[in-house]
Amino acid sequence: MKINEILKPTFWKIVSVLIVTLGLYSTIFRFTKGLGAATHLYDTVPWGLWIGFDFLGVGLAAAGFTIAATVHIFNFHKFDSLVRPAILTAFLGYSVVVGLLIVDLGRPENFWHPLIMWNFHSVMFEITWCIICYSTVLLLELAPVVLEKFGLKTPIKILKKISIPIVIAGVLFSTLHQSSFGSLYLIVPGRLHPLWYSSLLPVQFYISCIGAGLSMIIFESYLNARAFKTGINLEVLSTISIIILVDLILSFVIKFVDLFVSGKLIYLAIPSLETYLFYLEILVGTFLPIYLLSFKKFREDKMWLYIISIFTISGFILNRMNVSITGLTASSGKNYFPSFDEISITLMLVVLAMYAFNLIAKNLSVFNEENNDRELNKKENMSESQKLILSE
Amino acid sequence: MSKEKGILFDVTLCIGCGECYKACKEENKLPQSNKDYLKDHLSDKTFTVVEQYGNNYARKLCMHCNEPSCVSVCPVGAFTKSETGAVLYDSNKCIGCRYCMQACPHKIPRYEWETTQPRIRKCVLCYDRVKAGKLTACAEACPTEATLFGDMDKLIEIAKDRLKENKDKYFQEIYGLKEAGGGHVLILSNVPFEQLGYTSLIPQQPMPEFTKRAMEKIPPVVAVGGLFLTGMYWLTKRKNQIAKEENESLHRKYYHEN
Repeated sequence: MKINEILKPTFWKIVSVLIVTLGLYSTIFRFTKGLGAATHLYDTVPWGLWIGFDFLGVGLAAAGFTIAATVHIFNFHKFDSLVRPAILTAFLGYSVVVGLLIVDLGRPENFWHPLIMWNFHSVMFEITWCIICYSTVLLLELAPVVLEKFGLKTPIKILKKISIPIVIAGVLFSTLHQSSFGSLYLIVPGRLHPLWYSSLLPVQFYISCIGAGLSMIIFESYLNARAFKTGINLEVLSTISIIILVDLILSFVIKFVDLFVSGKLIYLAIPSLETYLFYLEILVGTFLPIYLLSFKKFREDKMWLYIISIFTISGFILNRMNVSITGLTASSGKNYFPSFDEISITLMLVVLAMYAFNLIAKNLSVFNEENNDRELNKKENMSESQKLILSE
Repeated sequence: MSKEKGILFDVTLCIGCGECYKACKEENKLPQSNKDYLKDHLSDKTFTVVEQYGNNYARKLCMHCNEPSCVSVCPVGAFTKSETGAVLYDSNKCIGCRYCMQACPHKIPRYEWETTQPRIRKCVLCYDRVKAGKLTACAEACPTEATLFGDMDKLIEIAKDRLKENKDKYFQEIYGLKEAGGGHVLILSNVPFEQLGYTSLIPQQPMPEFTKRAMEKIPPVVAVGGLFLTGMYWLTKRKNQIAKEENESLHRKYYHEN
């Protein structure tokens, strides 16, 4: 691309530059003035938008481990073309999370302490290790995409040899990480609103992240096909949508059986802001997608799949925000709304992640199916040549 | 080893003079935070407060739980339960995740929001004084013995005796004996504790148990998950290979026959 083309101002470019500038300003402000000046956090509201967004970044990255497991562990090669977009999404999701943690931690310079100071009873200890380990896994899974571009074959070969243990480690770390976000709230039974508090929170978090992560893949595939005017593999996306449907039904059943068993259904009839938000979350993120996905015609229409993925993702976002912010408001006795700096830093990181995604998708073979096919051929050729050597 | 120590606070004896508040500020070298001590609240500059509810005065401070949430949730073990019973905090370890603040059932830990090197701040049951054989600053300053300091077993005995001997005077419960598994600050009152701003929603079991059940499942999940995934990898790979070989032999057969 020519330099003139990059500098050509478009609406989105101007908005993005503005957001990033404000975000940088807020970042400097946060590190020079402290958390009190930069955020609306308070002694009884110690966690806010940033922690909430950490849940989103990690949750929406869930396709990274589900697709990798489907293809590499279950050898279900129909989804081959989705592996790279899923890994890239996960990697950028985790990058945003790490960025937010750095601004959110009171002492970010001590972030490595959990590596040498252990407390096995702490969910936060587990989470820190999961973030560090799974980010490393993602880096290793993504590395071949970058190495290919520069034609570095030896490291790719080494990575391919250890790829299966890496994928297995990735699935295990993700499973622990996704569920541990739910476990974080197990210790606040008196604080979190009963509609969200449950001893099954880790299970609920794990199941819901799979549907949301896969919806994210549909969402990106559609936008990518539109942006680069390439075809879309509808058959694969339809199969994905069936998995999402099963996942949403499972998630719904677990939630309501749990509410019923613990005698909390009564809360659904108590009018309050929390109840309305709970209904909204279930309606947008569960009922609507389940209803729409149960029709074959919607499952096989790319526009509808895109719309349904937006519903699922929105419902997921609402759920995580409800657990991390709204559900705790009543017991904190203080209405929390994020400050300008909290919002601008979050937006900056999201915009940067979007540009990184775009840049990588444009320059490296991420969505390019042809390339993946070529690679497969190469693999087959390789195994044939190996066969030859063996037969000699 | 010395016995575990604690505090017994009796609402019926408190006259709201604020001596404990002042002594605490002095002992911990905390700056003034409110001209009227009755209107102050817990903060990084205030580790104990005296709150007015009609004719009653209620103290708020760290309850020094037997099995503290903060000790269990801290990822780096910055919180410890000491031999005196006090829950202590080491700011050199702290990474500032603030999970202790979120997890504390009594909502006690406060944060230095205004600095760039923030610490968690809270009552440490005058650890250094107690180690040296002294009372806590608040107990020493109290003119009416509303705040008593002593061995835990003795304090529990005194509290139970007071409830038994003055059935009409006291609300028949000891706050802090069972809340969140119990702790080292006990409170007696003439009215139900919710009326004095003490949380009544606290479970009677130690809080770390809620998390323990989930954390215990990690090793089996990793072991079973790891085995399952490895097994599935070999199985599906073998299946694909067999399918491929069969396909090839079919082809070969076909060519031979023709």
